[in-house]
Amino acid sequence: MPGSIVLDEVELKDGGGGLPPAPPGAGGDPLRPRQPQREIPQSIYLTAIALALGTILMFFMALVSAFIVRKGLGGDWQPIELPRILWLTTAVLLASSFTIERARHWLKLGSSLGFTRWWSLTTVLGMAFLLGQLQAWRELRAAGVYLATNPSSSFFYLLTAAHGLHVLGGILVLLYVAVRGVQPRPGRHIQPGTAAEVAAVYWHFMDALWVFLFLLLHFGR
Amino acid sequence: MSQEAHAGAHGQIHAPPQGFVRKWIFSLDHKVIGLQYFLLALVAVFLGIALSVLMRYHLAYPAEKIPLFGTTLTPELYLSLVTMHGTIMVFMVLTTAPQGGFGNYFLPIQIGAADMAFPVINMLSFWVTFVSFVVLVSAFFVEGGAPLGGWTGYAPLSALGQIVGPGQGMGMNLWIISIAIFCVASLMGALNFITTTIDLRTPGMTFMRMPLTVWAWFITAILGLLAFGVLLAAGVLLLLDRVGGTSFFIPGGLVVTDKAITDHAGGSPLLWQHLFWFFGHPEVYIAVLPGMGVVSHVLSTFARKPVFGYRAMVYAMSGIGVLGFCVWGHHMFQSGMSPYTAFAFSILTMAIGIPSAIKTFNWLGTLWDSQIRFTAAMFFALGFVSLFVSGGLSGLFLAQPAVDLPLHDTYFVVAHFHLIMGVAAIFGIFAATYFWFPKMFGRHMSEGLGKIHFILTFIGVNAIFFPMHWMGLWGQPRRYSTSDSPFTFLADMTPLHKFITIFAIITAAAQLIFLWNFLWSIWRGKKAEMNPWQATTLEWTVPSPPPHDNFEGEVRRIYRGPYEFAVPGEAEDFVPQHVALRPAVKS
Repeated sequence: MPGSIVLDEVELKDGGGGLPPAPPGAGGDPLRPRQPQREIPQSIYLTAIALALGTILMFFMALVSAFIVRKGLGGDWQPIELPRILWLTTAVLLASSFTIERARHWLKLGSSLGFTRWWSLTTVLGMAFLLGQLQAWRELRAAGVYLATNPSSSFFYLLTAAHGLHVLGGILVLLYVAVRGVQPRPGRHIQPGTAAEVAAVYWHFMDALWVFLFLLLHFGR
Repeated sequence: MSQEAHAGAHGQIHAPPQGFVRKWIFSLDHKVIGLQYFLLALVAVFLGIALSVLMRYHLAYPAEKIPLFGTTLTPELYLSLVTMHGTIMVFMVLTTAPQGGFGNYFLPIQIGAADMAFPVINMLSFWVTFVSFVVLVSAFFVEGGAPLGGWTGYAPLSALGQIVGPGQGMGMNLWIISIAIFCVASLMGALNFITTTIDLRTPGMTFMRMPLTVWAWFITAILGLLAFGVLLAAGVLLLLDRVGGTSFFIPGGLVVTDKAITDHAGGSPLLWQHLFWFFGHPEVYIAVLPGMGVVSHVLSTFARKPVFGYRAMVYAMSGIGVLGFCVWGHHMFQSGMSPYTAFAFSILTMAIGIPSAIKTFNWLGTLWDSQIRFTAAMFFALGFVSLFVSGGLSGLFLAQPAVDLPLHDTYFVVAHFHLIMGVAAIFGIFAATYFWFPKMFGRHMSEGLGKIHFILTFIGVNAIFFPMHWMGLWGQPRRYSTSDSPFTFLADMTPLHKFITIFAIITAAAQLIFLWNFLWSIWRGKKAEMNPWQATTLEWTVPSPPPHDNFEGEVRRIYRGPYEFAVPGEAEDFVPQHVALRPAVKS
């Protein structure tokens, strides 16, 4: 039925509601062309990661608003001395955002070796960040600052732990993408470029979130 | 993210399952997952009803042993029933059945997709919900029993542990863990719903051609996505106060049962309330919005008329969704908030009356001058509209701080939220069940039993909840396990309590008619054809029940809006969405 093609273009622009112009020559019969099922678009992965980041943002903003309210109550809030290693871990995480983009750059150019190198480096930097965060906890504990010591330390442990768990999840995703490799696989659904992009979006978000949390902890402690 | 492993060469989302376990238990098929959610909600709702009957019996006959239960209720046991009734009903029934159940089953079919975007995440979201339900119910069986603090889990009582009451130890821990697990499950579900709606609509299915049910599920999923993350954060903070020794919600100087609380200080119980209600108010709309979608759908189908003001309905639902995030403070007028803040929350709350009134007006406009087909589904849809009005109007009273202060925590509030959120949403679920049962099981439910079920339930819920408005005005507080001594001013309430209890038992019994009708019809009901209601949306263009990937590999192209009933010049009084338009007739 040739008329349907014309109709498609008209109606996809049409917002619905009103009746689009009738197709020339098409009958009134139900038009049910037998076609293979549509491919599932790659966009679902990008939509999903955007939504997931939305809910993660809500989670952290709830904690941050609790931080602000709790600090505003005054009285028992005592500033804690932030371990200096946090500056280093922050730098490491920022660097990893750079390396993951290098990896994607090589992936786009089709260089498997370049991708693998930079992607692995990103993963290592992510792990280094987590080890650094653990070291920061160890230093605080050595200084006698625990979760329940005072509200400032409670929020420090809570926010770093919640962020660290999300980074850990990110590292697992990085490993997953690395293990899957760069070859497009028919029948498999998510393509390497999409997988790398989703992982990178998540990774940058964790990076930016950490910078925000670090500034909050630094100036708000 | 391993569902791509199941992708077939032709873009099928996954191959048909083999074997009982893959087909019915760990199924990736959105239809099976929808049924699983529905069955979970069915179990949960009868549990919730049983708890409410126990409470009602005790309120009417406080001194008598409850038949079949064997004892009277202690105040502590009564409070744990209150808590579990509320939690089970809100989370495990009102959040699961309309969204996880019917949304899962029909959203992909109605937009012409073969399945949800992420079938594995979809399966996980159900099973994680199931775990959450098991953890919640297990609170009954641990030392001390279920928690006492109500479904809102107000701090500091929820944060202190066993010392404040028998259920506040392990039971409360399980409650918080259950809710946290539920948050994760809901977030996975919401992610799937939104992604599917955005990316997997069939060609021609523009946003403004989506059935209003799809709009409702879509908006509900957005609310869930934004709200459950906040509840999860609140739950983490609460759990840390209990097991980590922190003081987020526990103030200093507390004395509980003659013991001073010395290891916590400086926290704010109001912080919990803010976080909880920032989730809790959108949750109300998560419960009722899918019902609004279903009711619009059913009213239009059986009035044989297009939905009056389709676009206005979409904008009204979106407006309710947005405003729903701006009104949490109206649960806290009593908390000592600044009158200016209360005023802002009050105005915003009453503003919700505008989109609500638009919806009601449009429902009536849809019915106006129509020839209604009185099916059981239509009865429940009409019942929803009635309950939405009678429950909604009392919201305008409670939205005003000066009126809310004396009515706070009285039966007036109990009546309000049961009618608008509980019963109306349940009526939406019933309308959906009677409407879609033929599609889901290939058989009809008994219309006669359905109508008897409706009449008994509709009279019953009004007889239960209408008198509660007067009791609230009289000063009957909620959550009191008894209205006799020492509360002598409540003694006059006893006859009304008895009246309500009798109708509660009748209404609960009437649900057994539904259960019988439901189970019997699955195997013995009258066979249903493809489109028994002469409806227009895509689920009625596939066999009943639909095949594994819904459209057997076909693409349904969409040419029309979802509610083309009584189109002038058409042979039939309905035109399905996938029927191509006629050529223009030149005269």
